[in-house]
Amino acid sequence: MAGVTPMLTSRWGNDRSWTLAAYQQADGYLGLRQALTTMTPDEVIAAVKASGLRGRGGAGFPTGMKWGFIPQGDGKPHYLVVNADESEPGTCRDTPLMLADPHALIEGIVIACYAVRAVHAFIYLRGELPHVARRLHAAIAEAYAAGLLGTDILGTGTRVELVVHIGAGAYICGEETALLDSLEGYRGQPRLKPPFPATHGLYGCPTVVNNVGTLASVPPIITGGAAAFKAIGPEKSPGTSIFSLSGRVTRPGQYEAPMGTTLRELLDMAGGIRAGHTLKFWTPGGSSTPMFTDAHLDVPLDFDSVAAAGSLNGTSALMIFDDSDCVVRATLKWTEFYAHESCGKCTPCREGTYWMKQILQRLEDGAGTDEDLATLLDTCDNINGRSFCALGDGATSPVVSSIQYFRDEYLAHHAHGGCPLGAADSTAKVLVSSD
Amino acid sequence: MPISEQTRADAQAIIARYPEGHGRSALLPMLHLVQAEEGYVTVAGIAFCAQMLGLTKAEVGAVATFYTMYKRRPVGEHIVSVCTNTLCGLLGGDEIFAATSAQLGVGHDQTTEPAENGVALTLEHAECLAACDYAPVVTVDYEFFDRQTVDSTAALVAALERGEKPLPTRGAPLCSFRETSRLLAGFPDPRPDVVDAGPAGAPTLAGLAHIGSSAPADGAR
Repeated sequence: MAGVTPMLTSRWGNDRSWTLAAYQQADGYLGLRQALTTMTPDEVIAAVKASGLRGRGGAGFPTGMKWGFIPQGDGKPHYLVVNADESEPGTCRDTPLMLADPHALIEGIVIACYAVRAVHAFIYLRGELPHVARRLHAAIAEAYAAGLLGTDILGTGTRVELVVHIGAGAYICGEETALLDSLEGYRGQPRLKPPFPATHGLYGCPTVVNNVGTLASVPPIITGGAAAFKAIGPEKSPGTSIFSLSGRVTRPGQYEAPMGTTLRELLDMAGGIRAGHTLKFWTPGGSSTPMFTDAHLDVPLDFDSVAAAGSLNGTSALMIFDDSDCVVRATLKWTEFYAHESCGKCTPCREGTYWMKQILQRLEDGAGTDEDLATLLDTCDNINGRSFCALGDGATSPVVSSIQYFRDEYLAHHAHGGCPLGAADSTAKVLVSSD
Repeated sequence: MPISEQTRADAQAIIARYPEGHGRSALLPMLHLVQAEEGYVTVAGIAFCAQMLGLTKAEVGAVATFYTMYKRRPVGEHIVSVCTNTLCGLLGGDEIFAATSAQLGVGHDQTTEPAENGVALTLEHAECLAACDYAPVVTVDYEFFDRQTVDSTAALVAALERGEKPLPTRGAPLCSFRETSRLLAGFPDPRPDVVDAGPAGAPTLAGLAHIGSSAPADGAR
């Protein structure tokens, strides 16, 4: 990363980095001051558009364009909603960001609210993160006391009110329209799109929904300029990303690097695959993105290059598995997850995940047949693209990709009468009686 | 038990966080508040939410039953959650759950009989907890105990049963499920020094050692 200054993680190691004093010591809130005192809201939107920033929540939609979709002069309240419902399997970077650097998120939120003319902003935080809630509560209180939130921010007359809204354990609420329903006090079930949140979002009003990492990327765009941001990484996926490496690597953790960095380069930083083992399969962006193998070590990890290689960049969540791991067991467990988290609204997703889970269990137990593989792929065909939201599509990713790359391992389970790797039984089922 | 006046006032404070006319947004935090007061989502708690928000009890119940963190039966002093999603599961989470289940004699979403000291524990297996770089992960009242083994979790659970509160790997010292629920309802943790508690772990800071060195500046170009 020669010459590239990290933007998202640079403050994480500072003493009490989560405090306002530490953030300001590291030039925090200069971007907000610059935006509010020297730029019009439209100029802020133009700068974010020019930077090429794409949303870090998974879909990679251009952030400036999303902000530009908010109708102006429409007489309706506008809202900003932060998707901090981090729960895609493998994804674990927003949590450390909010723990270490909550003011970077708050600064991005206020700049975004100024740009889209929103007064009320909400951070939708997943429920299982009480310590993040503590840090956010404290940071927001500090920001209000310092005039960085509230009715007259930095004396400019800009008003932003920020509320932390804490979820209650539902993966589906990471889907933006399910999140909005949940924020409105309903079951978290996705809405049909269109209309999109930009025109019909929270309370039916124009709403921007952005990921934590997206908003934390905004202040450096303001202070460093759009051109400098766009110069980092691939032209169509600029900037840095926090790559989360987990699993069978020597030093799992968060590695900020330019978009377009490869797994081979990231493994160099993380000390490689654990000693004595070799890379077998990995996800480029969470379990909902089709898995890759050791044939994909040199795929640049950005939105377009990963898509061209047959998967999705998702959340840069790299779960890494080695030769000791059974791909059938992994796929079974992911499928159990999707079956549990399917909200039940759409039949293909609700029923499809339910049946796939059982077929995969049979395959893992060695009692499956070749026909089961065909049934799984057929089921995936009937889920993919046939439900309101991407949960169903995501559920098919590990199934289809594992069969594509590891059909022989599935077949070996029948021949062997069980897992040929001798992997542990799915022991999580022991004594599970009330699920 | 009847809902206290304090809880009614707290509910009004929650409703006031949201734009006027959108009080229903308060429902999720109010259900956390009910758990803080009652220990779980009781029939009285559902009626309370319905009355405060002008909803039917069926509407509140439909929401409460959708989310896994709202408990429909009394839970113990602490909730022990073992991540058994794929990554944690394969790295040992499945074995940890099985061993903990055997140790406590309860399965998923079940609670032990209170011990002589009055402490009961609720066990559950959890979906991905956003701490994959610390796998396998166990949480107690949603505070992280990172990089667990069967033995370390056995010791953790035994300490909890003795009424001790072992320090999480990251995060604040343990309180109780009910006190955590109040925090999740949006009321700041009143204990001194809790915001600063807990170091960042090595995986969080792992990448910092490589800043300015390894990857090419121009990415894929």
